[in-house]
Amino acid sequence: MNGHGDLAATLFEPRIERRRRWGRVFELVCTVLSFVGLAFLAVLIGQVLWVGAAWATPKFLTNFPSILEPERAGVKSALWGTMWLMAITTVVGVPIGVAAAVYLEEYAARNRLTRLIHFNILNLAGVPSIIYGILGLAAFVRWLRFDRSVLSGGLILALLVLPVIIIASREALLAVPRTIREAAYALGATRWQTVRSHVLPAALPGIMTGIILAVSRAIGEAAPLITIGALTYVAFVPTGPFDAFTALPIQIYAWSDQPQEEFHHLAAAGIIVLLGILLPMNAVAVVVRARQQRRGAW
Amino acid sequence: MMRTVTRLRERGIHAFLFLCALVTIVTTLGIVWVLIEESRQFFARVSAADFFFGSRWAPTSTDEPGFGVLPLVCGTFLVAGGALLVAIPVGLAGAIYLSEYAPLSIRRVLKPTLEVLAGIPSVVYGYFALTFVTPYVLRPLFPNTEIFNAASAAIVVGVMIIPTISSLCDDAFRAVPRSLREGAYAMAATRLEVSTRVVVPAAISGVIAAVLLALARAIGETMAVALAAGMTPKLTLNPFTSIQTLTGYIVQVSLGDTPAGTLGYQSIFAVGITLFLITMTINVIAQRVFSRFREVYE
Repeated sequence: MNGHGDLAATLFEPRIERRRRWGRVFELVCTVLSFVGLAFLAVLIGQVLWVGAAWATPKFLTNFPSILEPERAGVKSALWGTMWLMAITTVVGVPIGVAAAVYLEEYAARNRLTRLIHFNILNLAGVPSIIYGILGLAAFVRWLRFDRSVLSGGLILALLVLPVIIIASREALLAVPRTIREAAYALGATRWQTVRSHVLPAALPGIMTGIILAVSRAIGEAAPLITIGALTYVAFVPTGPFDAFTALPIQIYAWSDQPQEEFHHLAAAGIIVLLGILLPMNAVAVVVRARQQRRGAW
Repeated sequence: MMRTVTRLRERGIHAFLFLCALVTIVTTLGIVWVLIEESRQFFARVSAADFFFGSRWAPTSTDEPGFGVLPLVCGTFLVAGGALLVAIPVGLAGAIYLSEYAPLSIRRVLKPTLEVLAGIPSVVYGYFALTFVTPYVLRPLFPNTEIFNAASAAIVVGVMIIPTISSLCDDAFRAVPRSLREGAYAMAATRLEVSTRVVVPAAISGVIAAVLLALARAIGETMAVALAAGMTPKLTLNPFTSIQTLTGYIVQVSLGDTPAGTLGYQSIFAVGITLFLITMTINVIAQRVFSRFREVYE
């Protein structure tokens, strides 16, 4: 009897003060660690501006890269290359990606093939980008004989971001309520009429977010382009899809890889230009999605 | 009765959408086919056993070339393991903060900012590792650090995968039913106890899946590693020396003028297969774990 009482006394020893103290320590640790990423981002952007701001002049945008005279080097060819890649990736990747998403959400029967496509897309999203470069090297550069052109590069990037576009578009389509589809069917609309005039417009903000994020991921990629043999110092601008090219991330890589200090200034200036394109795109995507979420899912 | 033209158009659209979805399957088949086909020539000259279990990687050595991939695998896992050491505590703490502590207003700002971190191109992280992390963080602390080293690459890759872990874990934690938390709070548990003994254990498969996906990303990470980790394949666990990863090797060969048809050139496909097999295995396991988690709570 007495033994029981002792046991209860030790088991229910009032440790609440200590437990609360540990709780506060834990909260502090978690809070601080949550902002580590943010702090890292701030230091990174600060360092890039510190090193590169003076070099990111208007001339920097209109000069070609030069390995001999770093003071007069610029990103003209890289910037144009990136624009070309962006255009090709969008024109090829977006229609295929959105169409695939529409098929999977609106048309596909629930069978083994559909499940296979579904899991395959999830796995493709995890394939390293450099593997896409190897695919492009064999398929586009050599087999289709597009050579090391901006077209080959754009096609690789389109394949690379296809899973991103499909996954985002499917989520957006899934969020459109059934009732909208049923209303259209009730008025005698065909499946395509329903999708085109009702479901797609309703899902558009979500799809746009996915597209912007996908394209911004594509223009930051260098690995697959290097694998197909994109050049590092190019003194011309591509005038057609079959021209050789370089791109901003490749140029930044080439400059960072030089041991001399001047080239690191150029790399930082190149990063300012690249982030100057990417961060606004990301911001737009984030704002569109945040507004969507705040408005609530229908 | 639907008109014939309408019906034909509906069928045509259905077929087109299906073909777009099939592009993803064709991409996977293309990757597998290219990797196998192109590395066949390599494996005709170097036995698979020597390649997968050999511990000397010196593909360009004229006297005594070595084609054992283990040093590259070792370098890859040294960087990826180091990245997880950074990303797991930070990402997990961030997710716990986001789901259990953060007020809505902070959550609304913090989550999108983490996505910005994920949207910064890997070449920028590489530049930062080379020009900031190594000279201003690592060298003052560890004077023996080489200019190119695994540690700087591991740190920046770790930061890069924080959003993967924190965002997926946050989703997993939020999928844990409120009732479980409230049961624990009713027993006078502190937030620390609810987080670590109820929420995390209940979502553990989601956490494991997130870590696996992040690991696969770290293994496939290319530009940051190619810039910061060096080009010296070796079997070492010392993070302060120059090493080489699977991806770094592919970049090195692609940038060089290794002529097509040589053993050195063909080796990138064998290295590519190794990389593909490793990331694919991890991704498939992650996908399995993840779908089990979903079955429990959705």
